[in-house]
Amino acid sequence: MKILVCISNVPDTTTKITFTNDNTQFNTAGVTFIVNPYDEIALSRAIELCAGGKGTVTVINVGESATEPTIRKALAIGADDAVRIDAAPRDAYFTAFQIAEYAKEGNFDMILTGRESIDYNGAQVAAMVGGFLDIPSVSIIKKLDYDGTTATLEREIEGGKEVVTVTGKFVASCAEGVAAPTIPTMRGIMSARSKPLVVVAAQPIEEVIKVVQFETPPARGTVKLIPAEEAANLISLLHTEAKVI
Amino acid sequence: MSVLVYVEQVEGKFKKSVFEAVSYAKAIADKTGTSLTAVSIGNVADNELQELGKYGAAKVLNVASAELKNFVNQAYAAVIAEAAQKEGAEIVVLSNSFSGKGLAPRVAVKLKAGLVDGAIELPQLDGGKFLVKKGAFSGKAFAVTELVSANKVIALNPNAFGVKESAVTASIEAFSPAVQPTDLTAIVKEIVRATDKVSLPDAELVVSAGRGLKGPENWGMIEELAGLLGAATACSKPVSDADWRPHSEHVGQTGIAISPNLYIAIGISGAIQHLAGVSSSKVIVVINKDPEAPFFKVADYGIVGDAFEVVPKLIEALKAHQA
Ligand SMILES: Cc1cc2nc3c(=O)[nH]c(=O)nc-3n(C[C@H](O)[C@H](O)[C@H](O)COP(=O)(O)OP(=O)(O)OC[C@H]3O[C@@H](n4cnc5c(N)ncnc54)[C@H](O)[C@@H]3O)c2cc1C
Repeated sequence: MKILVCISNVPDTTTKITFTNDNTQFNTAGVTFIVNPYDEIALSRAIELCAGGKGTVTVINVGESATEPTIRKALAIGADDAVRIDAAPRDAYFTAFQIAEYAKEGNFDMILTGRESIDYNGAQVAAMVGGFLDIPSVSIIKKLDYDGTTATLEREIEGGKEVVTVTGKFVASCAEGVAAPTIPTMRGIMSARSKPLVVVAAQPIEEVIKVVQFETPPARGTVKLIPAEEAANLISLLHTEAKVI
Repeated sequence: MSVLVYVEQVEGKFKKSVFEAVSYAKAIADKTGTSLTAVSIGNVADNELQELGKYGAAKVLNVASAELKNFVNQAYAAVIAEAAQKEGAEIVVLSNSFSGKGLAPRVAVKLKAGLVDGAIELPQLDGGKFLVKKGAFSGKAFAVTELVSANKVIALNPNAFGVKESAVTASIEAFSPAVQPTDLTAIVKEIVRATDKVSLPDAELVVSAGRGLKGPENWGMIEELAGLLGAATACSKPVSDADWRPHSEHVGQTGIAISPNLYIAIGISGAIQHLAGVSSSKVIVVINKDPEAPFFKVADYGIVGDAFEVVPKLIEALKAHQA
């Protein structure tokens, strides 16, 4: 079995988000980049499915050379080898196209991503890869089992879940519940240095979107404190003042 | 020319988020001087389809094929793309629901279109540019995105635009798209839906609790409060990690991002990753016994106190208010 896991290089979850160049660019100064937390979940499940010599896990990242520490981290977690498509990831459409182009040749049984990246929160790449390859995609899964030919997936829906089966190649985006993120071991970290990481040139594709401006949300007002003994007053305030109940 | 809106049905019915998407699509059609067509897939009765007219859908393409009864995003994307081509629609709108998130990107690929997911405002048509605002960095920022492709797909966030009536009579037209068998290889085996619960992503009111509640056995009062308000329940990450609550309730940067009208956070510290998923709520109420809890910094109303004393008082007050 061959599994391809897509890895996004994202700002650490505690990063204070600021912008430069008249709010047109994300300010990377002093920011630590990490493996997108959802991608770690996808990667952990891929490693579990391949454990005991049942298969191999390749991680793929679309990014410039600065993303290599993130790719090495994925190798330390347990991926067998890595691919970097050498380009700044312009947007999800571009990224998905690059991944699909690479995957066309690789004969992967499944392609896994995280449910979304924590920077652009697009939740787009998995389904777009499915679209470019014209294979099924199942988005926001909570569970993934595979018997060698058929995958059984649980997909989140509003107020419940849906069980879906897919036979043949597919793409899925993973959310919490699919697997617990794996912590790299010292051995993993050591061996990551010598695992193969190939760099592939990007393919041209038309541009469909452009982020023209970032904005930060307006600061919220100050909190109105209600003494605990008068907690009941909250209800009337929510009714008469905030008008939300 | 027209704007096309995909109307997602759940067991033959449309939810509020669909009427929001139709209202939003109608506003775009008005802005761009075109008409609005809706496309519905699955079994929906004519009187339910007629409801779409109330929000401005002049025409409804109804795909009532048995093989498309359940959501398969590959097939649904093919149907929506074919409908867009048939209608000459360059703009496709859908809800940024769980299904919408799986569908919109595939529609975008089919139509070679730019996609803005999680749109929170009407597009600005600025000197020939088509700009749409969306949340980014898990609620810590917004990104104004230009769609530069001829075709455009927009997935609208729940509760972002509201429902606006603009009554027209919808003409319903049967539509039989050409679905390939290969588009139907993902098979829905089972659907489990908790019908008695308010679904979290669409909820207007949310009651959420964290590790301050000490254990799953204490959630009775949270559910009672939510029940009285008609609110959905949510939780912080450690709570779902410890299996006190299901993962589907976990909100935040790595959980679900929500923007209800009211978010009540009980015994939650307000860590940056939690705030990331809830800070765009319109009104935030925080109940925490620690006056230094960071959550108070973003709250509109706060009670410094023990949840085990405060929540029962709120329940009592609500019962009195509703009596
Ligand atoms: C990569 C990453 C992603 C993450 N993603 C998320 C996410 O999506 N969502 C999320 O929630 N967290 C997330 N976290 C975790 C986050 O950092 C916090 O650890 C978490 O939000 C804390 O949950 P909590 O507030 O329920 O618990 P705690 O931090 O333990 O806080 C409990 C609060 O309850 C109060 N309290 C205690 N007893 C009472 C009482 N009797 N009455 C009233 N108040 C009381 C305390 O004063 C305290 O403020 C993430 C962390 C990382 C590293």
